[in-house]
Amino acid sequence: MFKAFLIKYGEIGLKGKNRHLFEDALCKQIRHALRKIEGEYLVTRDQGRIYVHCQSEYDYDETVHAIGMVFGIVGICPVFIVENTGFEDLKKDVIDYMRQVHPEANQTFKVAARRANKAYPLNSMELNCELGGVILDAFPEMKVDVHKPEIMLNVEVRQKIYIYSKVIPGLGGMPVGTNGKAMLLLSGGIDSPVAGWMIAKRGVKIDAVYFHAPPYTSERAKQKVVDLAKQVAKYSGPIYLHVVNFTDIQLYIYDKCPHDELTIIMRRYMMRIAEHFAKETGCLGLITGESIGQVASQTMQSLAATDDVSTLPVYRPVIGFDKQDIVDVSLKIDTYETSILPYEDCCTIFVAKHPVTKPNLNVIRKSERNLDEKIDALMEEAIKTTEVLVVS
Amino acid sequence: MEAYFDNSATTKCYDEVKDIVMKTMMEDYGNPSAMHQKGVEAEQYIKEATERIAKTLKASEKEIYFTSGGTESNNWALMGAAMANRRAGKRIITTVIEHPAVSEPVRFLEEQGFDVVRLSVDRQGLVSMEELEQALTPETIVVSTMFVNNEIGAVEPVEAIGKLVHEKCPKALYHVDAIQAYGKYEIYPKKMNIDLMSVSGHKIHGPKGVGFLYISEKVRINPLILGGGQQKGMRSGTDNVPGIAGLGAAAQKVYGQLEANRAHLYGLKRYFAEQLQSLDEVIIHGMPVDEGAPQIINAAFLGIGSEVLLHTLEDRGIYISAGSACSTHKRSKSPTLTAIHAPKETLDCSVRFSFAEDNTKEQIDYTMTVLREVLPVLRRYRAH
Repeated sequence: MFKAFLIKYGEIGLKGKNRHLFEDALCKQIRHALRKIEGEYLVTRDQGRIYVHCQSEYDYDETVHAIGMVFGIVGICPVFIVENTGFEDLKKDVIDYMRQVHPEANQTFKVAARRANKAYPLNSMELNCELGGVILDAFPEMKVDVHKPEIMLNVEVRQKIYIYSKVIPGLGGMPVGTNGKAMLLLSGGIDSPVAGWMIAKRGVKIDAVYFHAPPYTSERAKQKVVDLAKQVAKYSGPIYLHVVNFTDIQLYIYDKCPHDELTIIMRRYMMRIAEHFAKETGCLGLITGESIGQVASQTMQSLAATDDVSTLPVYRPVIGFDKQDIVDVSLKIDTYETSILPYEDCCTIFVAKHPVTKPNLNVIRKSERNLDEKIDALMEEAIKTTEVLVVS
Repeated sequence: MEAYFDNSATTKCYDEVKDIVMKTMMEDYGNPSAMHQKGVEAEQYIKEATERIAKTLKASEKEIYFTSGGTESNNWALMGAAMANRRAGKRIITTVIEHPAVSEPVRFLEEQGFDVVRLSVDRQGLVSMEELEQALTPETIVVSTMFVNNEIGAVEPVEAIGKLVHEKCPKALYHVDAIQAYGKYEIYPKKMNIDLMSVSGHKIHGPKGVGFLYISEKVRINPLILGGGQQKGMRSGTDNVPGIAGLGAAAQKVYGQLEANRAHLYGLKRYFAEQLQSLDEVIIHGMPVDEGAPQIINAAFLGIGSEVLLHTLEDRGIYISAGSACSTHKRSKSPTLTAIHAPKETLDCSVRFSFAEDNTKEQIDYTMTVLREVLPVLRRYRAH
């Protein structure tokens, strides 16, 4: 029935001279999303409108779902396309459309016609009036409401005529690739996939680092992180996942530093390694799933202590979220079920009974000096042995 | 070197099993219910498997019903017996150390209004006969215990339990979960007072997805799976010919060499236990080595999280289990270890080694070498 989808985009429309860059990126992302499903599609950009034309048999739900995963889309409108064979035929087509799409036929409506093809005999106003009358005649229970109609029936007259009224809400945000790249510190928890997703939604391409600590963390814990990255990649596009073997660094810190500072110092080294890969791959920032006060390592003082080692900006999109807020997003993006699988991650293994909650930066720096002898070599080794997986 | 010591989770198939499974999938692939020759051929495999299994139990072929495995057998036995006897009484007696394939259906029945008694066990994991005697009221319709506990290898006094049950409650049915015992012990249900008994294929070098329930001719239970009326209407569904044929082949082979296998397994177990006892801070759970099941050793390595030890050994090609493999998705303290009042400090650091006939002394030597090397390192970073 529907042969095309009109893609509505929000914020991109605000961009001045860069607008075409954003629109091109959006088209590219839509094409990428549609490549994963069956059917042939043509994505076009024309006079400020993006259309997805379905050029073969296709599955409606699957297609809407695929397009709906693309950031930067505010709404998806399934469109009826009819040939321009005169106004008499158009009347029939409009009635036909209403009958199929709104069979209840008892709502309020408004016709919003646009005559892009100036050769058409009726202008936009005339089309509004005429077609409104046609609908009222055909469906006696329908009423016109020009202010808050339940159905906004759009009729666009171009070479062909496009009729649509339904808007399926999209995710919003901006197309991935329009805002640079950032490196996500991905654990197996609930928060970090959400953080990555939120930044990706702002048009940022993301890569990720995961700290693996065998034998303290298992292959299954690693697989869990790969699965989480895969789920985020459904929205963000392919993610380069850096799997760092962190065991030796962790044990060395354990040997040399006060145990109540372990988590903070460990996180500082994670930041350093993440930053290394970020810079190496052209990322402009780091992303973490931290939220103020959630655990000892996420107090204001602890966050400041971890920030201290990064020269890149650290983005923490869930910083002001309560746990439940984060859970809600993870449910929406379908990472929750994976996140709650009970495999240890390296953050939970060497946790002191009473970790410091208000670390003093000077004290931490001083403790780190205990590591001077071997830490550089261990860092180098960890970086050298890092495995990079392309997850998509 | 590789050492697979997780044979209570599952075993490698015998070659004989592989061959017969392959043959029933690629050549004699008929549906045994079909009327033509292909069906008749396939049916022969089922008959043969039934005969082979019945022989190991000194039972009648009519008493063997094939299922999708141990879990289904347990579910069927408990639900089927409870439903068939629900007018005779409401009491179901079981133990606190059952596998979830028994304890979960029992919990379900409890929710449906049955009165459930869970017998405690002693420090070795053995059911108390006095407690059982007190629990056996005229209301009792089902008693269900394990033969061999899957975590610590405790061997329950099944014959005595059955005798007591039948003396005190002639109407009650005695079900035995023999999933870890079949293939390790001579089990003659008639002589041992067993009415219902669950067995799984893949624990005895047979295929996964197949098992059987022994139902004594003298008792009646309700079917659980209804449909086309296969297996005398007791368990519908197209017969799993490859699985059943494979199970039959495995049963025949394992019982053909039962004594040799047992001697080999006890030899390995004794050899390993002696060396483990020479290590510091290692506690072996359960019964004395020669009294417990021949294939299972459960030991605590104090101060080392069981998963950490598991992954460390895995890295060296040694495969063991931390808790029961069937409950990977739940992280909770082992109910069995809690029930035997194992010392608190052992609960997080106990692992199970389970042997099979293809394990060797060399594998144990190798494991000991690895343990001696890794234990001190792991203990340096003790769990807090």
